[in-house]
Amino acid sequence: MSQALTVHGAAIEPAESPLTPESWGKLGMWMFLAGDAVGFGTLLAGYGAMRATSADWPNPLEVLGINLTAAMTFLLICSSVTMVKALEWLGKGDRSRAKMFLAFTALGGAIFVGLQAYEWTHLIQRGLHINGNPWGATLFGTSFYIITGFHGLHVTAGVFYLLWAISVVSRRHDPRASYNFVEITGLYWHFVDLVWIMVFTFMYLL
Amino acid sequence: MAAHKHPNYMAIFWYLAILTVVEVGVVFLPFGKVVNGTLLCALALGKAALVAMYFMHLRFEARTLGMIAVTPLAIATLLVFVLLPDGFAVAKKTDDSKKVAPAATSKH
Repeated sequence: MSQALTVHGAAIEPAESPLTPESWGKLGMWMFLAGDAVGFGTLLAGYGAMRATSADWPNPLEVLGINLTAAMTFLLICSSVTMVKALEWLGKGDRSRAKMFLAFTALGGAIFVGLQAYEWTHLIQRGLHINGNPWGATLFGTSFYIITGFHGLHVTAGVFYLLWAISVVSRRHDPRASYNFVEITGLYWHFVDLVWIMVFTFMYLL
Repeated sequence: MAAHKHPNYMAIFWYLAILTVVEVGVVFLPFGKVVNGTLLCALALGKAALVAMYFMHLRFEARTLGMIAVTPLAIATLLVFVLLPDGFAVAKKTDDSKKVAPAATSKH
């Protein structure tokens, strides 16, 4: 905190964020992500408690399968790499490469959502519903669709956020002027990847 | 953030990819639920830490920001233990009612 706006000698607001001197927006995103993480944490904790106390919880490994979801995990990891590459190129002032990597990231997210829709369709056809599970506890279906759906919604929002970032990078005269915006977008995107790492482990592997 | 050098992102990518392969391999190990579960949790936390520290640049940020980021994890862990007694109580009640039900029907 180097400076503070003052009125009659009393500080009313620091001129820059003490934790993230680059921008208040970055601190805002971290606050949002901390809150969102509590949301996901609560869902996963609830899932763990329900599963631990259920007598007929199916083995997710046998019911859901992990081949497709392992590929989806890999896809999100790849999209995180393209995201950081976009930021790296933007820092070097290369607008077209930055936009290209942002587009790859958005494409990765869109493919992820498509694969999730494919997985859901397949499971619904096999009888797993939000209020019904042919392999045991009903809450298995409920928790599966709510948690993976909540995450899928985040990925979908992330794809639109990335498209917005591409538009911001295109419009600003100096590519470096959109660095903070893209870094904040990246924070959201990596968070979505991080949450999937947890969801993949707790809902598919364990 | 712009002030620091970008880390070697490709190295982080390979660590994450290898850890994902290891995770999928651990599932088939014959060590039982507790050992496999512990290994999988440790691997997931390791991967999440790599993403947060290097992709989200937490390694280069103020320590307070890191503490803010870790707090939800502590809350979620605590919440599992808070929810378990309630879950076990419901499970016991369901179990008891199943035991009582046949006796009740035999009276009629």
